[in-house]
Parts: sequence; C-alpha cells; structure tokens
Amino acid sequence: MNINQFLQHALTGISVGGCYALIAIGYTLVYGILRLINFAHGDIFMIAGYFMIFSFAVMPFPIAILVTLVATTVLGILIEKFAYSPLRQAPRMSVMISAIGVSYLLQNLATYLFTALPKAYPAIPGLKQVIKIGDISTSLVTILTPVITILLVVLLLWLVNKTKIGMAMRAVSRDYEAASLMGIKLNKTISFTFAIGSLLAAIGSILYFTDRMTVFPFSGSLPGLKCFVAAVFGGIGSIPGALLGGFFIGICETIIKAVGLSTFSDAFTFIVLIVMLLIKPTGLFGEKNIDKV
Amino acid sequence: MLKVENLKVNFGGIEAVKDISFEVNEGEIVTLIGSNGAGKSTTLRAISGLVKPSDGKIIFEGEDITKIGSSEIVSKGITLCPEGRRIFPDMTVLENIKIGAYLRNDDLTNDIEKCHRLFPILKERENQLAGTLSGGEQQMLAVARSLMSRPKIMMLDEPSLGLAPLIVKDIFNILKEINEEGVTILLIEQNANMALRLADKAYVLETGTIAMQGTGKELLDNPKIKEAYLGKKN
Repeated sequence: MNINQFLQHALTGISVGGCYALIAIGYTLVYGILRLINFAHGDIFMIAGYFMIFSFAVMPFPIAILVTLVATTVLGILIEKFAYSPLRQAPRMSVMISAIGVSYLLQNLATYLFTALPKAYPAIPGLKQVIKIGDISTSLVTILTPVITILLVVLLLWLVNKTKIGMAMRAVSRDYEAASLMGIKLNKTISFTFAIGSLLAAIGSILYFTDRMTVFPFSGSLPGLKCFVAAVFGGIGSIPGALLGGFFIGICETIIKAVGLSTFSDAFTFIVLIVMLLIKPTGLFGEKNIDKV
Repeated sequence: MLKVENLKVNFGGIEAVKDISFEVNEGEIVTLIGSNGAGKSTTLRAISGLVKPSDGKIIFEGEDITKIGSSEIVSKGITLCPEGRRIFPDMTVLENIKIGAYLRNDDLTNDIEKCHRLFPILKERENQLAGTLSGGEQQMLAVARSLMSRPKIMMLDEPSLGLAPLIVKDIFNILKEINEEGVTILLIEQNANMALRLADKAYVLETGTIAMQGTGKELLDNPKIKEAYLGKKN
C-alpha cells in the first residue's frame, strides 16, 4: 500500500467513523439518562433511510431532508413514550427486552411495508460530487461527514454543559429523585434526550446511505451493533468517548478491508468489544463510579 | 400553611405511614422526630410528590396538593432537602446552586450572593466538583441549593446525618437564620435534642403514627421523651 492509497483509505475510514460516531452518541445519551441500551437505535437509523427515500420522491430535497429529520425525531420520542416510559419503575432488564422488541418490530414492519428488497437511496444533488486532492479522489460526502460530525459534537457538548436543558439532562442521568426535587420534569427531559439521539441518527443515516446507495430492512442492525461497540469502547455515557469510538471502529474497519481481510472486519469490531469489556469495562472515558451506594 | 390530614403511605409493601395528621403554620419551625422506620422520611417524600399517598390529604395554602407532581410542588414553594444530601457530585458547586433555581427564569445574582453569605465556604469552592466536598460542606450545599427555589416552606430530611457535632451546630444556626428571614421549616431528625431545641412545635412519630405532640420545650422536658430519645434518665 503506498501513501496515496493509505490516505485514501484513511479518509474513507474517517468518513464511515463519522457516521458511526453520530449513531454511537445516540446510544451513549440514552444510556446516560435511562441506563438502557436502546437496541432499537440502529433500526431508527434504518427507518430514517426509508423516510428519506419516500419524502425525496415527492418533494424537493431540502424539504425532504427536513421531513426526514423531523419524522425520525418524532419516531424516537414515540418509541420512548410507548415502549420505555411505561416501564419506568420496572427492572432495567424489562426495559432492555422492550428495546429488543421494538428493534424487531421496526425491522419486520419495514419488511412488511417496504419488502425486504433493497431500495435505491436518492442521490442528494452535490453530495456525490467527486473531489480531487492531489492524487486522492473522493466524494464531497466523504469529506463533509467528519466535518459535520465534529460540528454537531461541539454543539451537543455546548448544549449539555452550558444550557439549562443540558443541566437537567445531567441531573436526571445522575439522580432521578434529586432532579425531580429541583423541579425538573423527568419525562420531558428523557423525551428531549431521545429526540436528540434520533435526530443525530437521522443525520448519520443521510450521510451513511448517500455513500451506500441502498436501504433494506436490516441495514440498521449491523451498523447499530457496531456503533454500540463504538459507544462501549469510548465509555458508554460519554459523548467524546462515542466520537472517538466511532472514528476508531470506522478507521480500523476500513483499513482491515483495505489490506484484503474484508470478511474479518466485522469480527474485528466485536473482538474490540470483548477485549474492551475484559480489560476496561468502563471504556476510555467511562464514568469512574458506575454504581453509587 | 401546610396541613397533612390522615395521611397513609404504602412503601415497599408495608404501610410506612399509617394515618398521621399535623400542621405547620407560616413562620414556624416544626420538627418530626422518631426512630428509624417511624415513617418520617416517607411523610416528607409524600409531601414533595416523590411517593403517592394511598389515602389522606396534603393541603398547602388552602389548596389540595396530594395528587400533583413533584415539579409543580416545587413551583408552589415547597422544597425538600433530601436525606443523604443528594447533591450532584459531577457538577460544580456553583452549578449545584444554580440547578436549585431550575424553575426560575429571573436573575439569580442576589440569591447566589445570599447563599455565599450564609455559607462562605461555597464561594471559595465555587468551581470545585461537588463530589469532592466534605460531608458538612455537601450538606451546606444541599441547603443552599434548596434555598435557590425561593421556597415558602423548606423541608429537611436529617440534615445532621453523619456530621460532626460542631458542624451540626453551624447548620442548625443557619436554619434558624433562614427561618428568621421568613422561610417556614419542617425538619425531621433523629438528633432529637438539637431538633427540639430549635423547634417551635414538635411531633413524635412511632411506627407510622403520631405518638405525641407539643412545643419543643414541652417535649424536651417530657420524661418519656427524655428516656426514649434524649438518652437521659430521670
């Protein structure tokens, strides 16, 4: 592999990693506030793909993008409202089983409604435009993805650390009861968290599928699992951790594919999960004290 | 001001509070004392909306607040400074103070200054993470945080828990000061001696019912109380 090839692959890896990071943040945010691994998150990402396909068919693309973002956000809020919030007092395991149920529901609903055949993802004008930097040629979306990802993470960190609703999110994720005693509304704060997670998944979905070009009912499940690994790697609950984890998984995966071990790339991701859980279960930036006494 | 009528609360399958009634008048310091498991904490938790009573009524300024949620209860001017302090350890001291005023949208400068005046140590540690404070400082922070909602009535659950006697004395002096500035106080304590000295009125809880009531002084002099709660023989 010469230097140009390496840079080419690195760029692709960073781009895939950006998408992964956006999805991983959704896992991390929801885990932070509900201590729940939202297994339906990858499928929300997949449904966002279908939202784009159908809205693009009937309206101009800027509006279609907007509709996709809004619809996905609403979907996330509804899932929380109907599948998770009635289980607020239930053991954590019940909520997790409910999340797995929602995941299967979305996959099968998509199969039923849209068939299992891959559907072509619309080409958003300009995004696939080829760009040449020296000897490396790539598309605009590949360069745009990491830039958008980092901007969104900066914005999100500002939201969480500097605004009132962010303060409420941090309080609720630490201590439900103490947060309620401050007058913070639990359900509102949790809904807001799901809204942000789903919105980021929708943005990730647009960037990811523009590059992949097709969507089918299971196209969310493997990326979903990989992003979960990314979130665990970075330390679940930590936003910078999810960003780093996303980039790490994306870059490693692309490089493994580039050296001719494509069939091994997914296995590698899950080896990362196992190794991380064995040597540092809290991840790179995970919370120091997970259980308070 | 606050009136609790025939309150019953089930908690974890047992009836933690069985039919208690008491009243707090504006400007008073009222204390509920009693041993572990007497139902003191559960009573306060029911008033602040964290647990739902199974029967009875809670009336605040003439309005029935038995069924409303904890966020709205805070907005009505009732605050609970919970047992074990429950500050947010990974927020700074200043953020903890500010979050107490979560429902307010006006300027907080004066209130923050007031907290700093009552507890100068909190100004010194403003930018430190609250989890790094000592127990006494955390309790001060919890009281300051509760004050930030500008409560009409402040309920405190065991503010002396696990603290050195000198610090407990400081905190009780400050509670007195807060009360003199017009905040009604409902205090529950296992440290009956301190609580009764401070209180205008006191109720003794035993296994979920009110066993005795009177002014703080009356109960301090009561031989039964002396034996059961103050550890003095006549």
